[in-house]
Amino acid sequence: MLKIQNLHARVEDKPILKGVTLDVPAGEVHAIMGPNGAGKSTLSYVLTGRDGYEVTEGAATLNGEDLLALEPNERAAKGLFLSFQYPLEIPGVPALTFIRTALNAQRRARGEDEIAAPAFLKLAKEKAAALKIDFEMLKRGLNVGFSGGEKKRMEIFQMSMLSPKFLILDETDSGLDIDALKIVSEGVNALRSPERGMLVITHYQRLLDYIKPDKVHVLAAGRIVASGGPELALQLEAEGYDRIVGAAA
Amino acid sequence: MTLSTALKTGDLSALPSRRDEDWRWTDLRGLLKVLPPASPQGRAWFWENPLSGTLDMTGGVVNGRGPTDLAVDAGEERFVGWRFMSATDATAHGAELWVDVGEGAKLTLIESYEGRGTGYVSDVAVNIRLGKDAIVERIIFADDDADAISVVTADVALAPGAKFAQTVLTSGARRQRIETRVRHPGAHAEVRLDGAYLLDAQRHADLTSVVTHGGLDGVTSQLTKGMVTDQARGVFQGRIVVEKGADQTDARMGHHALILSDKAEIDAKPELLIFADDVSCAHGNTIGALDDEVLFYAEQRGIPEAEAKAMLTVAFVCEVIERIGHEGARDAAAAWVVRKLGSEA
Repeated sequence: MLKIQNLHARVEDKPILKGVTLDVPAGEVHAIMGPNGAGKSTLSYVLTGRDGYEVTEGAATLNGEDLLALEPNERAAKGLFLSFQYPLEIPGVPALTFIRTALNAQRRARGEDEIAAPAFLKLAKEKAAALKIDFEMLKRGLNVGFSGGEKKRMEIFQMSMLSPKFLILDETDSGLDIDALKIVSEGVNALRSPERGMLVITHYQRLLDYIKPDKVHVLAAGRIVASGGPELALQLEAEGYDRIVGAAA
Repeated sequence: MTLSTALKTGDLSALPSRRDEDWRWTDLRGLLKVLPPASPQGRAWFWENPLSGTLDMTGGVVNGRGPTDLAVDAGEERFVGWRFMSATDATAHGAELWVDVGEGAKLTLIESYEGRGTGYVSDVAVNIRLGKDAIVERIIFADDDADAISVVTADVALAPGAKFAQTVLTSGARRQRIETRVRHPGAHAEVRLDGAYLLDAQRHADLTSVVTHGGLDGVTSQLTKGMVTDQARGVFQGRIVVEKGADQTDARMGHHALILSDKAEIDAKPELLIFADDVSCAHGNTIGALDDEVLFYAEQRGIPEAEAKAMLTVAFVCEVIERIGHEGARDAAAAWVVRKLGSEA
């Protein structure tokens, strides 16, 4: 599924990733934890192709395809989805229009037929009901005036509509209270499947009580400094980053 | 100093130039070194406007030839299309339209500028008179040729209690100016002057307006939005004059534009000239680019960059479209914007 090898990247002249190697097979959920400034968000932007994040060395493939050679929208069409830490508001573009445009663009890129409007609406109604999203909200400007929790739920809704192969969740727990965290986590867990991989990026262990990872990696100063099972997250929570990062350095 | 005078007299020195303050961004004298020959008779063609089947009547003007008068009697209601067609290459023509809307009458006017020829010069002078309590909504679809020079000048006079609303939709021309001058009597009359320009390649559009408030209690609301890309140039000049004694005037003007390329240009000059006391006037003018973060968000969901830009531009100008009162015209205007941007959003 997702293979990252010796990935180096910089933003402007500043090296941020300094040799990240990671392998997330299909069906597994891996968590990346790390202190602020470790390069967690940079990793998600480099994988999805954001402008300004320059890869200087290394490789990243999804199911054997070179991600780094593709435009961001082409990576999305290959099945890569990034749930943003701060989802954007788009006034004037209703959520349904946005998602239908995205879905059809992905289908065109894959050589598939576009989805017809009635089939799209039926699918949207089913998925919205499952996530307890008021369908009327989907007719308003995407995320405009939504609370933090509503925005994250809208990200999960988009995921379930686009059914990507690989999910990157960037600090999905930030700005969520416990109730919202539960709803969002249930939505993510519903998307777990033997064919799908996930990378869960988080600063706190709390999210991993709800989305149980198969593996946990610690990213510090642009490198993976420790890897282990779910118990590593608990150890981090108990001992703090300094000890583990310090021991690895 | 008008194109109309130059066309009538053949005197190029009558053309407005950059030395004329109100024309400094839309220089015609520097561009037209030789006047093209007068346009021959031309033939009309099928109108692709989706509203064409629903109109009460249509006036067709080809190469400056056609009907010149439109009257709506007191108390009547009309939905009218008026087409100005430029049919031949590299020739020049002028036309006039006189619109008289009687007391309490209502007119929705769909005015279209359609270029089939290339490199033509077209000048159209429109006069609109609204009787007491009359209502006019004028919607302009300007689809000129990329090499054309096109000027449309409207003089609008309102009687007390009348309402005039206008929306200009334009994709520009080699040089194009759509100017509206409104004589506002106050006296509970209301004016709305809106516009949307979407310009690519080397197209130029100039939306100029002058609203003169001459009496108590007048309302004017203006909203223009535009997008320029490639090497296009958008010009917005909005002037609101509140004459002495025109107290309790309420006037608002907004112009907001997107620049999507380094070589595109916007020139904006909003002006409020206030000689009365106790008025409420405001203007806002913003020019910017699309938000990179929003663009990346859309691309990350699978929308190609060009399509994402079109979608966000449609969203940007839709505020202008939503202010159109006539439902069918509003839908046609929305469809026009989507077609121009090649977006399905």
